[in-house]
Amino acid sequence: MKRSLVTTLVAVGSCAALLSACSNADDSDALMDSTEPTSASESSSGSDVTGDITVFAAASLKATFTELGETFEAEHPGATVEFNFAGSSDLVNQIAQGAPADVFASADTNNMTKAVEGNLVDGDPVDFATNTLTIVTAPGNPKNVTSFADLANPDVLTVVCAPQVPCGSATQKVEDATGTTIPAVSEESAVTDVLGKVTSGQADAGLVYVTDAAGAGDQVTAVEFPEASGAVNTYPIVVLKNSDNAATAAAFEALVTGEQGRKVLAEAGFAAP
Amino acid sequence: MIFTRRGNDVRLGLPGWIFVPAAVGAVFVVLPLVAILLRIEWTDFVPLVTSESSRTALLLSMKTAAISTLLCVVFGVPMALVLARTEFTGLSVLRALVLLPLVLPPVVGGIALLYTFGRLGLIGEHLEAWGISIAFSTTAVVLAQTFVSLPFLVVSLEGALRTSGRDYETVAATLGAKPTTVLRRVTVPLVLPGLVSGAVLAFARALGEFGATLTFAGSLEGKTRTLPLEIYLQRETDADAAVALSLLLIVVAAVIVVAARGRRVAGAL
Repeated sequence: MKRSLVTTLVAVGSCAALLSACSNADDSDALMDSTEPTSASESSSGSDVTGDITVFAAASLKATFTELGETFEAEHPGATVEFNFAGSSDLVNQIAQGAPADVFASADTNNMTKAVEGNLVDGDPVDFATNTLTIVTAPGNPKNVTSFADLANPDVLTVVCAPQVPCGSATQKVEDATGTTIPAVSEESAVTDVLGKVTSGQADAGLVYVTDAAGAGDQVTAVEFPEASGAVNTYPIVVLKNSDNAATAAAFEALVTGEQGRKVLAEAGFAAP
Repeated sequence: MIFTRRGNDVRLGLPGWIFVPAAVGAVFVVLPLVAILLRIEWTDFVPLVTSESSRTALLLSMKTAAISTLLCVVFGVPMALVLARTEFTGLSVLRALVLLPLVLPPVVGGIALLYTFGRLGLIGEHLEAWGISIAFSTTAVVLAQTFVSLPFLVVSLEGALRTSGRDYETVAATLGAKPTTVLRRVTVPLVLPGLVSGAVLAFARALGEFGATLTFAGSLEGKTRTLPLEIYLQRETDADAAVALSLLLIVVAAVIVVAARGRRVAGAL
């Protein structure tokens, strides 16, 4: 009996190990994708735009950067762009730990400052977009939320970002500026989780970025509020120091900060810096 | 290493090469723990793990995991008994379904719970009508933890029940004991070690629950932000605090497993 108990334990234990491995899978997958050797970058010293580059970009840039990546590859045959989309603070940590990245695009200046102070960048970061907060509600706005102050009503179940993450510090800023205190029912670690709570009908309202609201389409109703202009998030981009394909990396940065980049970003709701 | 059976000439031994993959596996499991220990800033350790938000999160984690374990025992023991001691068509299908959360990614569990107990969910919709709201409450955390840990208890207890066999139960029944008496006086004492290890596994799993809680319950200090969620949030701004809290969770888990192991061995004799 004893032995089979142990067997059971071991079996269940290995299940547990598998489970936890699964729950971390997206992180490691993202890393895997980005750790492909940039072997094709023989021309790294040359000025021609070719070879592989890896771009570490904030999660909120997924749609726009994926589109810009395709444009880039079409314009420069022989060049390929790989992306690693994650929270900006995760990305800075990964870069600091030596993840092979050529370009870093952050969703806020704080994390870019960390990269600069960590001596990880090559040249000065360039601001390429801004994002502001908006209220999102269930489609049709059943609780009739019309202003930021309406969120102070405890009958409106509101979800916000935790103050530790960029969208949460922006929320905090607006709360302080307006003297409104939101009795939030949940403080999420990611803006996508706030959006998820609203689209699933768990919460009545949430504070997310304009671009998140635009991306969610008719799953939510966006209620813009003038006080949002007091907390603008700026997105900087930079070529990284240990890039072994700096020419191609710089070309990608130029595309993002240039006219084409602006057009794609504007369509997604990002304002110009 | 060779094990010799007393009073018998058969020599049972492990082939020497087996120790190589075993050692690799052990290092693979232990090394990350060592890595986390090496990253701890010991001077800041005590203030970090005793900060108000850390204590609140730990307390909430212990409380919810304890309630979840209790629920697992209340519902899991009868489930294991039915699975181990009855025969009917569809039993194996039922077992597979019941054990599904074992192999389900926790975030999927969270989404499934959302569509069941959420405000617009299958059951949640009616609960809302009666004025019961589970969304963003500690109850939601307990539900998420119970959902993911229940199969752990059922699996280990069912295994224990099958191994212990029915002989003693049959004898007790032959001597006139009623089914409830047999269950209380024979079956449960026999499988108690299995029940304890199952409950410990369930508690440990509940303590570490993250994905389903994040998806289903949200994250608010003192209400739904358990220790794993606190670690996840701290990581955004303060990597040292996240590492310190991780160690705290590891220590709590290790203490539970070691304590339970002692009891299990004693009980098995």
